[in-house]
Amino acid sequence: MSSTADTRLMTAPRYRLPAASSWTMTIAVLVALLALLPLGFVLWAAIATGWDTAVLLIFRSRVAELMVDTILLVLLTIPICTILAVTLAWLTERTDLPGARLWSWLCVAPLAVPAFVHSYAWVGLWPGIHGLGAGVAISVVAYFPFLYLPVSAAFRMLDPALEDQAASLGLAPAAVLRRVVLPQLRLAICGGALLIGLHLLAEYGLYAMIRFDTFTTAIIDQFQSTYNGVAAYMLALVLVACCFVLLGLEAGLRGRRRYARLGPGVARHIRVTHLGRWTYPLLVIPVATAAFSLGIPALTLGHWLVAGGADIWRMDEIGLALGQTLVICLIGGFATTAAAVPIAWLSVRRANRSSRFLEGCYYLASSMPGVVVALALVTVTVRVLLPFYQTVATIVLAYVIMFLPRALVSLRSSIAQVPVELEQAAASLGRSPGNALWSTTVRLAAPGAAAGVALSSLGIMNELTATQMLAPNGTRTLAMAFWALSGEIDYAGAAPYAVLMVLFSLPLTWLLHHQSKKIAGR
Amino acid sequence: MTFLKLDSLRKHYGAVAALDGVELCVASGSRTAIVGPSGCGKTTLLRLIAGFDAPDAGAILLDGEVMADAHGQVPAHLRNIGIVAQDGCLFPHLSVADNIGFGLKTDREARHARAAELMEMVGLDQAMLQRKPDQLSGGQQQRVALARALARKPRLMLLDEPFSALDTGLRVATRKAVADVLSAAGITTILVTHDQQEALAFADQLAVMRAGRLAQVGTPREVYARPVDAATASFLGEAIVLPARVRGAVADSALGALPVEAGDFEGDASILLRPEQISVQRAQGASLPANGTIGDVAFGGSTCDTQVTLDGAPSLSFRLDIPNRDMLLVGDRVAISVSGKAHVFR
Repeated sequence: MSSTADTRLMTAPRYRLPAASSWTMTIAVLVALLALLPLGFVLWAAIATGWDTAVLLIFRSRVAELMVDTILLVLLTIPICTILAVTLAWLTERTDLPGARLWSWLCVAPLAVPAFVHSYAWVGLWPGIHGLGAGVAISVVAYFPFLYLPVSAAFRMLDPALEDQAASLGLAPAAVLRRVVLPQLRLAICGGALLIGLHLLAEYGLYAMIRFDTFTTAIIDQFQSTYNGVAAYMLALVLVACCFVLLGLEAGLRGRRRYARLGPGVARHIRVTHLGRWTYPLLVIPVATAAFSLGIPALTLGHWLVAGGADIWRMDEIGLALGQTLVICLIGGFATTAAAVPIAWLSVRRANRSSRFLEGCYYLASSMPGVVVALALVTVTVRVLLPFYQTVATIVLAYVIMFLPRALVSLRSSIAQVPVELEQAAASLGRSPGNALWSTTVRLAAPGAAAGVALSSLGIMNELTATQMLAPNGTRTLAMAFWALSGEIDYAGAAPYAVLMVLFSLPLTWLLHHQSKKIAGR
Repeated sequence: MTFLKLDSLRKHYGAVAALDGVELCVASGSRTAIVGPSGCGKTTLLRLIAGFDAPDAGAILLDGEVMADAHGQVPAHLRNIGIVAQDGCLFPHLSVADNIGFGLKTDREARHARAAELMEMVGLDQAMLQRKPDQLSGGQQQRVALARALARKPRLMLLDEPFSALDTGLRVATRKAVADVLSAAGITTILVTHDQQEALAFADQLAVMRAGRLAQVGTPREVYARPVDAATASFLGEAIVLPARVRGAVADSALGALPVEAGDFEGDASILLRPEQISVQRAQGASLPANGTIGDVAFGGSTCDTQVTLDGAPSLSFRLDIPNRDMLLVGDRVAISVSGKAHVFR
């Protein structure tokens, strides 16, 4: 008995450490709950609709048509993007292709052109273009950089010693590529392909412009024409199911194993393949890609700018749209980054099962299409929180849900570079935990946070679907104005808005390219 | 019989000469070690032999066939030269069995049977065949890498510091196992290393490399006992170099008249003694006269790392590991004696 009493005496005077991480955790959980709102809404809608009505609304020929189109779009676009991106990445990273650095930039630059501007450019050049073929072609040029970025980074990180080793085991160069290089690119390809797949499911403007129906366009048609909740909800349910199928496929294909480098060896400089007489035939690939992905938008925009002359620069309207866009981008970007800080800090400093689970929730939430997020927030505000309907708060929440992972990735890598010992040193010098965090990690992670703000702002600037459905009355962002004008077939009037979006996106695209190089250690 | 012949190989990286005229003959079925400090060009040499890089000048002949010369080179995948790299370099995306069978062009079953056979040869449990490389220890990875390189019965095996990533005990055991496997298979082998003990223990023929050239080639005993210069001598082990006057088969030095190999050389020269030739005892009056003094002593258990200064040349001192039975202390007077012949540098 006495020993128990002793123990109590020993432990009694101890204080618990200030629970900084529990506060952070609470905030992170709250943000995660908000982020999962759209998913919860879809489930609620499914249950509230009832089995019979749901079956009636889902198993009909219209949904089957949309399903076939969507599946064909995904099945055609992703393999073409993969082949194109891997070829381009190999050409720019591993061969003596003339101007490889320039081509590398030009392979990333199409990201600066919003997907619906690509579509607008193609329609401007070939007015009759429509349907699946057009959808696949435009999707490939608009989205292949999402695969090019990770695959070219992966090419840079591969250990060339493995390729030497395979050659010494009797493999010809082509066999080395097939049996050693490509298998090691699998993670990068899976990640990029998933991202493209989710964009294909979520994109509205690109497909609406060429009259190609997907679930997203159908939901917006339904929403705009009849405001008929239930039918739109059921389409959203199927769309979310498609997203889950993609996520599951990617998780299955990726496998659980990481292809870490073995051993401590230092990576040698990569040898380049000499193309020799193949140089000019192969140069056609980047040239053609740049012509379709950058040349066509440049040509169409140039044409309309020249044809429209000075008349299309209605500075009052453009200035207003620009101002509103910048304000909403900055608010959204800062809010998104701020919302990402707790989980970014937790996932680096308190990496355990619960922080990983929480992080997974954010990624899952952001993979929901914008139209589902918007539909959920519209319904919830109209039914439960009417004062919030069409307010800045609601639309910012939508942006946080959709773009939080962009800020999270930047923040996390920069926090991970700050040694925790600095925080501990600050604490040992008498700073409170919060103060220590602020004066060390936050200061040093500031560049990462700035990149996070920039990347989420880029997403917001080019976002059309959710913005249209949620923006406060009287709001007219660049994307909205562009969409309204091109909808009225005023292609010339829309051109300045597209040019502004591209101009603002270009530096951010540079940032993306730069980041992918830095992650690869260069 | 010369199996591999390197003929004045040169390789430049920018202005830096990594290889500056390397000449080497390797006998069939022998084990050659190329040893040198890091940056001396030994890995470059290995890469040229393997065919990963092309020489700027010179020729490589393997079994009478030209592998590389001024007219071009045979690509690596057509040479059938096995290589085991420093970190094993296993393919991270393949299982152990698939790694070992990687270079075989037979069907799956024959490949797996061969993999099982090789696993036994390198002394690994067949239960590991289905594992991924990152589930193996460093020593096991090296053995798998060796099995993979052996699978195609290579004409020549190159070992690029394959034991340096292992800890000391494992290093010796793995080196022995690898040497036994290669001898049993009768494969000509070249080992590249910066560890002179590893090279001395492994090789039939030792080549000491410095600044892109082979400073000396010979049997390990010969190179150790009769190095061409002081730098080679001290690279291969502790070297005591003294000035001396050589006359006939005798060298006069601070340690007295020492026997040397009778040569045609007469005059002032440097001579080499290895620490194991020298014994130090406490001086005892006239029967064992003192000719040196103990400097500082670092206690090391069974031996002491001791500084000894010679009476004849106060500026000349050297360090010896002296067995601890005499308990010599700083300032003790000692008698230094030499056994065997000294080696004269010319």
